[in-house]
Amino acid sequence: MQIDPLALLAILGMGAVTYATRIGGFWLLGRVTPTKRVEAWMRAIPGAVLVSLIAPALLAAGVVGFIAAAATVLIAARTHRLLPALVAGVVIVAVARLVFHAG
Amino acid sequence: MENQITFTRRGVWAGARAALPVALGAGAFGIVFGVLARQTGLSLAEALLMSAIVFAGASQLVALGLWVTPLPVGALILTTLIVNLRHVLMGASLHPWLAKLPRGRIYASLFFMVDESWALTLGSLTGGGGDGAFLLGSGLTLYVFWGTATAIGELAGGLVTDPTQWGLDFAFTAVFLALLVGLWRGKSDLLPWLVAAVVAVAAAQWLPGKWYILLGGLAGSLVGAFRRAD
Repeated sequence: MQIDPLALLAILGMGAVTYATRIGGFWLLGRVTPTKRVEAWMRAIPGAVLVSLIAPALLAAGVVGFIAAAATVLIAARTHRLLPALVAGVVIVAVARLVFHAG
Repeated sequence: MENQITFTRRGVWAGARAALPVALGAGAFGIVFGVLARQTGLSLAEALLMSAIVFAGASQLVALGLWVTPLPVGALILTTLIVNLRHVLMGASLHPWLAKLPRGRIYASLFFMVDESWALTLGSLTGGGGDGAFLLGSGLTLYVFWGTATAIGELAGGLVTDPTQWGLDFAFTAVFLALLVGLWRGKSDLLPWLVAAVVAVAAAQWLPGKWYILLGGLAGSLVGAFRRAD
């Protein structure tokens, strides 16, 4: 159980800049009043960020990933519930990997 | 949509429960981080401290890649900042709801904002959840799992099997997909989302780290802004 002083410095610095990114967007919007266009931009951020999180991972997951994704989307659209959609996606990927060694 | 925002204990619990399934995935990767941290030469205390203070998986894994003697402190901090810049967009997107809450609660809750807790909170708020404490609750669950998993990884070392074997890596993609379905408003979303996807895939291909989230998010949202305002 020891902490190197330089490691402590690095970790504290990493923590400080990370916290700054977490509060930065919120803080900025409290300072400036957004225009109509900026408001439209903000409304478009969540979907665009989610798509960006998903797209490369989905492409990397291959055919199995696409099948699992289709099941997830279908169940999410029908049930409007997170958990069944999540479970379906994960189970399909897990089974495919264990049984077929695919994906 | 931003009417009647509350911050209750019930909201904390709702968030904490909602994050449990994703926290299993996060836990699996926390173990991977712990194992790699041990291999890189971080002590248990150092790895735990990093998970407790930084609490951002991707940037922590990237930091391990830079962790050599003597420690490049400046490069570590700068790289962490770049990898985590996407949080700026995420925090901004929550502003319409959280703005009416007391500052202290917001800034405490934002410490726990990671990709997963942000996405879950956004889903809750757009669905009319109306409780800002959801962010704190979902973040806390992920925080506890992440820290515990870091310790397990450090201590268990080589005993751990690959979490991707169990499809746990897909848990993140599945949650983000399900939340995206809830955000669909109609055909006007198609072009911004397509642009986001193309830019993200291209950026993931050619740029290191997590640039693809920031760039894809920026490109897609800007297209959305100019289409809607016209």
